[in-house]
Amino acid sequence: MAMVQPRSVGVRRLGAHLALICFVSLIVFPLLLVISISFREGNFATGSLIPENFSLEHWSLALGIPWERPDGTVVQPPFPVLLWLWNSIKVAVVSSVLILMLATTSAYAFARMHFKGKAPLLKGMLIFQMFPAVLSLVALYALFDRLGQFVGWLGINTHGALIVASLGAVALHIWTIKGYFESIDGSLEEAAMVDGASTWQAFRYILLPLSIPILMVVFILAFVMSIMEYPMASVLLVDEHKLTLAVGAQQYLADHNQRWGNFAAAAVLSGLPITVAFLICQRWIIGGLTAGGVKG
Amino acid sequence: MYTTNASRGLPRHRSRHLTERYTRWAMRGVIAVLVIALLWLVLAFHLNGQWMFALLFLLLGGSLGVVFTKRSLMSHRYIFPAVAGLGVFVIFPLIYTFGISFSNYSSTNLLSEERVRDQLMSQTYQAEGNAFDLALYPEGDLVRLYLESPQGQRFVSSPLNLANQENRQIGVQATDAPPAQEALGMRAVIQARDALQGLRLVTPDGSELRMAGLRQFAPMLDRYEAREDGTLYDRRDDRVLTPDHTIGFFVADDGQRITPGWPVNVGFSNYTQIFTDPDIRGPFMQIFVWTFVFASLTVVFTLAVGFVLASLLQWDQLRGKAIYRTLLILPYAVPAFISILIFKGMFNQHFGEVNMILDTLFGVRPEWFTDPWMARSMLLIVNTWLGYPYMLLLCMGLIQAIPQDLYEASAVDGGGPLTNLFKITLPLIIKPLTPLLIAAFAFNFNNFVLIALLTGGNPDILGASTPAGTTDLLVSYTYRIAFQDAGQNFGLAAAIATLIFLLVAGMSLLNLRLSKVKV
Repeated sequence: MAMVQPRSVGVRRLGAHLALICFVSLIVFPLLLVISISFREGNFATGSLIPENFSLEHWSLALGIPWERPDGTVVQPPFPVLLWLWNSIKVAVVSSVLILMLATTSAYAFARMHFKGKAPLLKGMLIFQMFPAVLSLVALYALFDRLGQFVGWLGINTHGALIVASLGAVALHIWTIKGYFESIDGSLEEAAMVDGASTWQAFRYILLPLSIPILMVVFILAFVMSIMEYPMASVLLVDEHKLTLAVGAQQYLADHNQRWGNFAAAAVLSGLPITVAFLICQRWIIGGLTAGGVKG
Repeated sequence: MYTTNASRGLPRHRSRHLTERYTRWAMRGVIAVLVIALLWLVLAFHLNGQWMFALLFLLLGGSLGVVFTKRSLMSHRYIFPAVAGLGVFVIFPLIYTFGISFSNYSSTNLLSEERVRDQLMSQTYQAEGNAFDLALYPEGDLVRLYLESPQGQRFVSSPLNLANQENRQIGVQATDAPPAQEALGMRAVIQARDALQGLRLVTPDGSELRMAGLRQFAPMLDRYEAREDGTLYDRRDDRVLTPDHTIGFFVADDGQRITPGWPVNVGFSNYTQIFTDPDIRGPFMQIFVWTFVFASLTVVFTLAVGFVLASLLQWDQLRGKAIYRTLLILPYAVPAFISILIFKGMFNQHFGEVNMILDTLFGVRPEWFTDPWMARSMLLIVNTWLGYPYMLLLCMGLIQAIPQDLYEASAVDGGGPLTNLFKITLPLIIKPLTPLLIAAFAFNFNNFVLIALLTGGNPDILGASTPAGTTDLLVSYTYRIAFQDAGQNFGLAAAIATLIFLLVAGMSLLNLRLSKVKV
């Protein structure tokens, strides 16, 4: 508590609250709008924030259930949203698990061992992490196109290709985990090794159980990044039933046929879990993000 | 830090535990299988003539084998998988892109020369002479083909099973009249099309008929004939095609290029094109400038908003900080591909909420998607919305580290909030913030997702020979050259990508120096 108080502090406090409330409502408006539109009749944006004609049509369609309008016409779901969500989750889970395994083992070596080329490798990782994948898309496309000729599940239009390609983003996570490992005292592991444990056993049975929090954070971080990945998925995936949500969602807002209402329901349905997960884990995620780089 | 037995050069003892020994052998087996699989890929790529990829996997398999067999490289085993992933999916694409930038790799020069040759050799043409009308006559489950030419030649085949789609040669016999049954309709012909296309009908005089249209068979001949000196003879047009290895096309005597071609090395021509061809240089420079402006303004706006909010939220007289904080970082928590699309709908010129509100308040309806300057403003507005929470979080962290007595001293000397902001807070956080600002600049410099989902680069720049838009950033411009429209000019896209790589490399080196990373 500050010792010296200016006299006008009450007025200032009120002003600050007013300014913040105005700003927050400006920021949150688009999000509330979308929730409201998802419960509204019709595919247009017009209408008030609290729906006048309440309807579950868009939600039903987003969940893949055909909807019967009062006049008897049956509307079929325009896009397989749940399938896209499932694709996204499938790709994200597998790639996050792989990234976590790779990042943990290498972070262990970088934090605890001396070996040739350690410093240049770490620095190189920081530099290469800044190169956007969009620029290498031609090369990645060519790589998977050729690989697909010999290994079917790694070709264009497979989820395997998308998962494997995401392994390039491992550098950021190595840095995050390495920082955490370095904050844990190494004497526990040394004690274990004096008692005859191998390096691997010291890592597996001593260090890993101590680092579960950071592993959770990296997993969630990798998961969120994978769900939001757009450029690579847009090039590697072709068929509608193979798309991930990030690529598929834009089809609702095609230039000539905007399905605003259907989009809103799909967006809330798929965006809400990710948003909530992010908010719950924000404390740890933000620590990792601000330490390493920028959200992608 | 500690050393392992291996790094001390001590021999490894044979483990007393049976399971451990088995695990070791299992690991060795897995490694061996992986190495063999990779070497098989090397061979496959090599036989296919793709030496870059063969080399990549040779390097990968070789280093895998070495790292996991030499005991002195024990520590490297832990980092090998991650480094390999980085190598294959980040560094190799970089080198490969650099390589492509010196070639004319594009949708017209896509296949290898051999494949182009094969493709040309499989081309056929309809020989001069009679085409036959086709009719199908059912005979039980099977079908007879009946052919009749305008000149009155008639042929009929034996009953065929058209469910069999294999390529095969079928003899046909001369006949006087069509079979007695009723002919099958068009629908049956369409259904049997795949099977019919595989048929080669051999007439009694030895000429071969192939399907030439849905209801026609005609004598088809191979169009090109390979000659020993590598040229192709075009039977239909009676000309000679010579392979030109400087442009990657077969060229006819009159200079006409025959598509498809194959990729060849064109030296620096993609780079000179960027800087000399006015139809490319103009849009390129315009996009280049806009990319810089966009990235700088984004950083300035997001920093300004984030900094002011952070200072407000750090004020100890304020209640309800946690709620404000959560609401303020919401734009960060919502997946970007969803919030960008929300804005795309909101800014819609005809039905969007933004124009509805502006219309009722001020009576204006800006053309957000067709006017270049309005589109650019929209991008900046949306990107500020998306990006300020990151700056807010950064600033909050840094402001917390400023000692409170500085503000006390300022209050004693009569400093107001503005003095505090500009004389204490800002100077103290700007230094640790700089590397993060450079990272944010680099990120927005390459903010592909925003452009791709919101404007797609539109409205277009007039008079550009490549797809280029007034709101395109360099990355989205590259993406469009490579993957959109008919051109698909991978070579040119790779050249621009290489230039961006250089810029990004410069930024990240600067960043590394400023942030003084300790390894």
